[in-house]
Amino acid sequence: MSLNNTTVLERIQEKAASLLIASGESADGMLWVSTTREQLLDLLNYLKTEETLQFHFLTTLCAVHYPDKKGAELQIMYQLHNWMANIRMRVKVDLSIEDPTIPSATDLWPTANWMERQEYDFFGVQFQGHPNLVRILNVDDLDVFPMRKEYKLEDGTRTDKDDRFFGRDGNYSQSFIQ
Amino acid sequence: MSGTSYFSQVDSIEGELATLNLGPTHPATHGIFQNVLKMDGERIVSAEPTIGYIHRAFEKLAERRPYNQITPITDRLNYCSSPINNMGWHMTVEKLAGIEVPKRAQYMRVIIMELSRIADHLVCNAVIGVDTGALTGFTYMFQERERIYDLFEEVCGARLTTNIGRIGGMERDFSPGFHAKLKDFLATFPAKFEEFNNLLERNRIFMDRTVNVGPIAAQRAMEYGFTGPNLRAAGIDYDVRVMAPYSSYEDFDFIVPVGLNGDTYDRFMVRQEEIRQSLRIINQAYNNLPSGDYHADVPDFYLPSKEDVYTKMEALIYHFKVVMGETPIPEGEVYHSVEGGNGELGYYLISDGGRSPYRLHFRRPCFIYYQAYPEMITGSMLSDAILTMSSMNVIAGELDA
Amino acid sequence: MTKITEMPEGYGGEGFFATSLSKAIGLARSNSIWPLPFATSCCGIEFMATMGTNYDLARFGMERLSFSPRQADLLMVMGTISKKMGPILRDVYVQMAEPKWVIAVGACASSGGIFDTYSVLQGIDKVIPVDVYVPGCPPRPEQIIDGIMKIQELVKNEPLRRRHSAEYQHLLEKYQIA
Repeated sequence: MSLNNTTVLERIQEKAASLLIASGESADGMLWVSTTREQLLDLLNYLKTEETLQFHFLTTLCAVHYPDKKGAELQIMYQLHNWMANIRMRVKVDLSIEDPTIPSATDLWPTANWMERQEYDFFGVQFQGHPNLVRILNVDDLDVFPMRKEYKLEDGTRTDKDDRFFGRDGNYSQSFIQ
Repeated sequence: MSGTSYFSQVDSIEGELATLNLGPTHPATHGIFQNVLKMDGERIVSAEPTIGYIHRAFEKLAERRPYNQITPITDRLNYCSSPINNMGWHMTVEKLAGIEVPKRAQYMRVIIMELSRIADHLVCNAVIGVDTGALTGFTYMFQERERIYDLFEEVCGARLTTNIGRIGGMERDFSPGFHAKLKDFLATFPAKFEEFNNLLERNRIFMDRTVNVGPIAAQRAMEYGFTGPNLRAAGIDYDVRVMAPYSSYEDFDFIVPVGLNGDTYDRFMVRQEEIRQSLRIINQAYNNLPSGDYHADVPDFYLPSKEDVYTKMEALIYHFKVVMGETPIPEGEVYHSVEGGNGELGYYLISDGGRSPYRLHFRRPCFIYYQAYPEMITGSMLSDAILTMSSMNVIAGELDA
Repeated sequence: MTKITEMPEGYGGEGFFATSLSKAIGLARSNSIWPLPFATSCCGIEFMATMGTNYDLARFGMERLSFSPRQADLLMVMGTISKKMGPILRDVYVQMAEPKWVIAVGACASSGGIFDTYSVLQGIDKVIPVDVYVPGCPPRPEQIIDGIMKIQELVKNEPLRRRHSAEYQHLLEKYQIA
């Protein structure tokens, strides 16, 4: 059967509907589905091994911080790719910032090892079952998770640059387009 | 020699292993990464890499910059082939904003991207030669790279970190100087490149140094997320230019070279062949360069010409808005990937309609495939490990972002 | 007639030439510097181009690159130095034997460059003393050579007892070196 967004979604709903919470299509035409963290590994395993779907390649995974969505501040996105049918899809999981734990996908894909370490380093997402969840890019003794929205980009202790100059007081990214 | 049979003897000699710190600054590791190796004499038993020594927080920085100011950041990802990163980013924004780039601009982009791929592969292969002791190839090929730098300078003014192209097309048409230099390059480079090839390809010493060094099986490479020349050397012909053609790559006829067992020799040969294929693509693109505009008609993103800015009111306002970053961009998430020098370079952009991205995540191929390095060098000698690292073409800027 | 270098001031006659020791040593040192290329990022590639045949740093006497700090005179820091890298840069500087000079190539090494972020050291002069700064992102090979020539001027004119002076000791104390 030829795979496109509709047939993939139908197949998942046919065999594993309980694993999905919601689904939709992104602006680039990719199918996205969302699930809970308890069902995440089941869904990923299903997508990877099911004989018609076979999303065998994990392209990337990343976390996004939405401070306004109370209770679902951190969203982890897994992007999968099926090379044979040339179709991609996303799997999303929402986590609360108070309890950012999620099972690790390292057993399914060894490539997830460093990707998850990077998201732990940036956002503080705790991947349970990860073989070595320590900081990877930042200094080891950093005690904050710098990609979260509440942290400034600049190092507050530097003395040679003046924060009053354009765009450096931390409010740069607010939307001016109403 | 594979590492698995050697492991069973490890327990009994645990106390006699030496710990060697390879890096972060080391003459042979081209870039800043540290590997703590446990060695039994000359043989490596285990390795633990540490990266992040050049972490510049690109993803956080991108949340603070308007869309056209992010291009210089993308330059510094894989800085040996910065035009590919730039074009990938422009195409991501164009995907989100729904901009259709004219054919001429697409062909121009392809020429620039393939030139930078040649430059990147020349660095990698020349450096593999240097690490095996062959310094001559390096000196000759760097002279050829200067000619590619001259070509980039004709288009954008910079040699290395180019910030080339604009959202919606290219910043200027190819100048007469560019045409002359490109014709000269296409006429004379292949012969010089074959001289370099003949020095190493069937060289007894080089082959002894590189065959069966640092191999990785195709299945394992796929599980580790390999893409690009490293994966193709293992035998899988995944190439983003063929799988999901962008910027008119479907118009061109080129082959995707693959290797057999993913060792250093295969990686070297795959890159050599890719240089030849890139030359083929540039020839096809240049000979069939369509006439037309070199940019799309999107005044919201593309700066209007100076004559209009000085005389017309709308052009002045558009100029102001583009420079200040006040362009209206739709909300949504897009993912776009291009075939970088090292593999699938992906941009995952989430926009909330504001002047800078809400979240920009880079799918960096170097970061992803460097995880497999400990597995590739276990059981091999130290000098083989150095060669494996340089053949994987790990660029520190893309590794750490 | 090929000109090799300028003769220092002195008094000469048939078969002899008298000058001061510091001038002779300065002449020898400045034309045979052994650099340590501490290349971290993009500026490193421009350095490779400078060492290449087109711009050829070897004609300034820098034929022999030394990757061991103990054998090097000039520490060329090329590229961004992050906070994780700072202590390592300091270690390398401390291991170099006197007299030693430091050139900061590129905007990132001079002042942090375009990366005004929490993870980047805003200039290497926060950890080690610097003699010459070469701005640029990356600087063209001609600019790097210009910086090298300024270093050569410094080396040529440095008095032999400078490293024992109180001023220099004070500089090292500021950086908590020795």
